[in-house]
Amino acid sequence: MISQNNYLAVSMVLFLIGLSGIFLNRKNIIVLLMAVELMLLAINFNFIIFSVFLDDILGQLFALLVLTVAAAESAIGLAILVIYYRIRGTIAIEFIDLMKG
Amino acid sequence: MYLTLVFLPLFGSIFSGLFGRFLTPKGACFITTFGTGSACLISILLFFEVGFSCSPCYIKLSPWLDSEMFDACWGFYFDSLAVSMCFTVTVISTLVHVYSTSYMSHDPHQPRFMSYLSLFTFFMLMLITADNFIQLFLGWEGVGLCSYLLINFWFTRLQANKAGIKAMIINRVGDVGLACGVCSIFTIFKTSDFSVVFSLVPYFLGSTYNFLGLEVESLSTIGLLLFVGSVGKSAQIGLHTWLPDAMEGPTPVSALIHAATMVTAGVYLIIRCSPLYENSGFALVVITIVGALTAFIAGTIGLVQNDLKKVIAYSTCSQLGYMVFACGLSNYSVSMFHLINHAYFKALLFLSAGSVIHALNDEQDMRRMGGLLQVLPYTYVMILIGSLSLMGFPFLTGFYSKDVILEVAYSNYNLHGTFAHLLGVFSAGITAFYSFRLIYLTFVSNPNGFKNAIQNAHDAPSSMGFSLFLLCVGSMFVGFLTKDLFIGLGTPFWNNAIYIAPQNLTMVDAEFIPVFIKWVPVIVSLLGATLSIFVFHVFKDSLFDFCKGTIFRQFYIFLNQLWLFDRLQNDLIGSTILKLGYKATYKILDKGIIEFLGPKGISILTLIFSKHISKLQSGLIHQYAFIMFIGVTLFMTKLLFWVLFAPFIDINLYFIVFITLMLTNKVFNKL
Repeated sequence: MISQNNYLAVSMVLFLIGLSGIFLNRKNIIVLLMAVELMLLAINFNFIIFSVFLDDILGQLFALLVLTVAAAESAIGLAILVIYYRIRGTIAIEFIDLMKG
Repeated sequence: MYLTLVFLPLFGSIFSGLFGRFLTPKGACFITTFGTGSACLISILLFFEVGFSCSPCYIKLSPWLDSEMFDACWGFYFDSLAVSMCFTVTVISTLVHVYSTSYMSHDPHQPRFMSYLSLFTFFMLMLITADNFIQLFLGWEGVGLCSYLLINFWFTRLQANKAGIKAMIINRVGDVGLACGVCSIFTIFKTSDFSVVFSLVPYFLGSTYNFLGLEVESLSTIGLLLFVGSVGKSAQIGLHTWLPDAMEGPTPVSALIHAATMVTAGVYLIIRCSPLYENSGFALVVITIVGALTAFIAGTIGLVQNDLKKVIAYSTCSQLGYMVFACGLSNYSVSMFHLINHAYFKALLFLSAGSVIHALNDEQDMRRMGGLLQVLPYTYVMILIGSLSLMGFPFLTGFYSKDVILEVAYSNYNLHGTFAHLLGVFSAGITAFYSFRLIYLTFVSNPNGFKNAIQNAHDAPSSMGFSLFLLCVGSMFVGFLTKDLFIGLGTPFWNNAIYIAPQNLTMVDAEFIPVFIKWVPVIVSLLGATLSIFVFHVFKDSLFDFCKGTIFRQFYIFLNQLWLFDRLQNDLIGSTILKLGYKATYKILDKGIIEFLGPKGISILTLIFSKHISKLQSGLIHQYAFIMFIGVTLFMTKLLFWVLFAPFIDINLYFIVFITLMLTNKVFNKL
C-alpha cells in the first residue's frame, strides 16, 4: 500500500520543480507559464489525494474547477504574450522589466 | 468717572485706528481729540476731588491672573500721585492731539497716527493708575510699544526704522531689570499689590534672598532692579542712547512721548515705590549718582548738537537726570513737581520746534536756519519762553522746581548730595548755554537757509498756535501756582502717596542754606546764557580759529561723538553679541547640529535609504518569486517549528532580516 505521505511527497516535489522553474528560468517566458501550470497541477494533485483519502468528492470537483481556470488562465497568458511580442518584438524575460522602480 | 478717564482714549484709538478709513481723517482727529479732551476734563475733576479734597479712590475691577498664591487684579488706584500724573498726561496729550490735527494734516496716514497717540495715552493712564506691579508692567510695555510704533511712523524711512528698533531693544534691557524686580517682589512679598507691598516693606528690612545664586539684601536689590527699568525708560546714562535717536519720529510724538510723558514713567516708578526706596539706602545713593551724571553728560552732549530736535532731546535727558537725582535724595515731591513743570515747557519747546520745522519744509539742521525772527515771531516768542522756563529764569515755571532740586541737593550734607549739587549747578549753566545757542542759531543769526524755504515760511496755523499758547501759559504760571500745593512745607496734598523716611527729610534744611547758594543756579544760568550769546554773536568770526587745532577741538569731537556711548555699546556689546549669535548660535547650533540631526539629516537619510530600497523593485519576476519563496519558507518555519526556534529568535528580528535581504539584493541579481 502506498501511503498518503508518498503521494504528498510527489505533489510537493512537483510544486517545488514548478517554483524553481519560475525563479531559475532566465530566458523563456513560455517556460515560466509552463512552470505556473506545473504548480497548479501539483496543487490539483494535492486536492485529489486528500479527496480520495478523506473520501470526499468535493476535492475532485474543485480539481476540475482549477483545471478549467488554469486552461483559461494560460489562454489569457498566451494572448498577452502574443500582444506583447507584437509591441516589443521580444518575449525574453530579462527585457520584461517595465515595472522597475 | 474714574474708569471713563482711563478708557476714553482707548475708545478713541480703536475707532480711529480700525474705522479711520470710514471716518475720514477729520473724523478720526475729532474722535481721538474728543476722547483725550474729555479725559482731560475728567482728570481736572479728579485732581480736585482726589488731590484737593484728599479722598483717594481704589477700584478693584475684576481678577486678571489668579493662580494659587499669585493674583493680579485689574485694579485702579487713584491717589494724589496718580491724579497729578493723570492731569499732566491728559493735558499734554490733548494739546498734542490738537496740534497734530494741523501738523499731520498733509499725511495720508493721519487716522493711524491719531490712533497711536490715543493708544499711547491709554497705556500711560493704565501705567499711572495701576494698583499692582503686573498692571504697571502692562502699561509700561504698552507705552514702549506705542513709542516704537510712533518713532517708526514714517516706516519707509530707514533712519526711522533703525531708531524704532534701537528704542525697542534698549528699552528691553531696562524691562528685563523691571521684570526681575517685579519677580523679586513677588518672591519676597508674595504679592504684587502696591498697598500690600509698601505696607510690608519695613518688615523685610535687612532680610536677604537668593538672586541668581547670590544671597543679597532684598530691599536694595529690588530697588536697584526697578531702577534698571527706570534707567531704560527714563533714558538715564548707559541706556540713554535711544532717546535722541527717537527724534526721527514726527515732532508731536517727540513732544508727547519723548519729552513730556513716557520718559517720565521711570521717574514715576521711583516715586511710586518711595516706601521701598526709603528703606534701601544703597539704591538711593546709586540713583543719585546716576541721575546727576545723566544731567551732566546729556547736557554737555547737547552743547554740540546741530539738529534742532536733538538739542531739545538731550536737554530732556538732562532734566530727567535732575528728576532722578531728586528722587535719590528722597525728595520725591520735588521730583514730581519738576516732572510736571518740565512736561509743560518741554512740550512747548518741542511743539515750537515742530512749528519751525513745519515752516521750513522739514529742515531740522540748525546750521541751515537763522534769521527766522522776522518770519516766525510767534514761534520765536514761544521758544524763548520755553527756554527761559527750562533754564530756570526767575518766576517762570522751571525756576520753582529746578532751584528747589538744587537747594535740597545742597542741604543733603553727604558725598552724593554734594556731588549731585555740583553737577546739577554746572548742568544748569550748560542748559542755559545750549538753549540760547539754539535760539541764536535758529532765530537771531544771519539767515543760512534756502531762500525758497524762508520765503514760503509761515507762522503756526491757529490750531497749532492754540496748543502753543496754552503750553506757554503753563510754562509761565504753573510753577508759581502749584508750588505751595506740591512742595510747600508740610503740604497735606500727598497724603500717603509718598513716603519719606524721617532721617531723609531735607525740606526743612533746604530753607536754612546760605542765600548765596540759593542764588547760584540763577546766576549760573544767566552766565551761561550770556556766554552763549557772546560766543555766537560777538566772537562768531574768531570762534573757528579758536577751535581749530587746539585741545578744544579734541574736546568738541569727543562731545560730538556723544561721549562714545554709542561706539562703546556697538563695539563692546553689540558686535560681540552679533558675532556670538552668528558664529555660535546660528552657524554651529542652528544651521549645524540641529539642522544636521533634524530636518536636513533626516531627509538626506531617507533619500539614500529609499534609493537602496527602490533597487529591490527590479521588475524581474523570478526575483519576486524568490523573495516570496523565502518569505513563505520563513513563515512556514515559524508556524511549524516555532517551539524549537522561539528561545533563540526574536520575532522583531524578522524586520531586520527583511532589511538585510533588501540591502544585499545585489546578491540576488547575480543568482
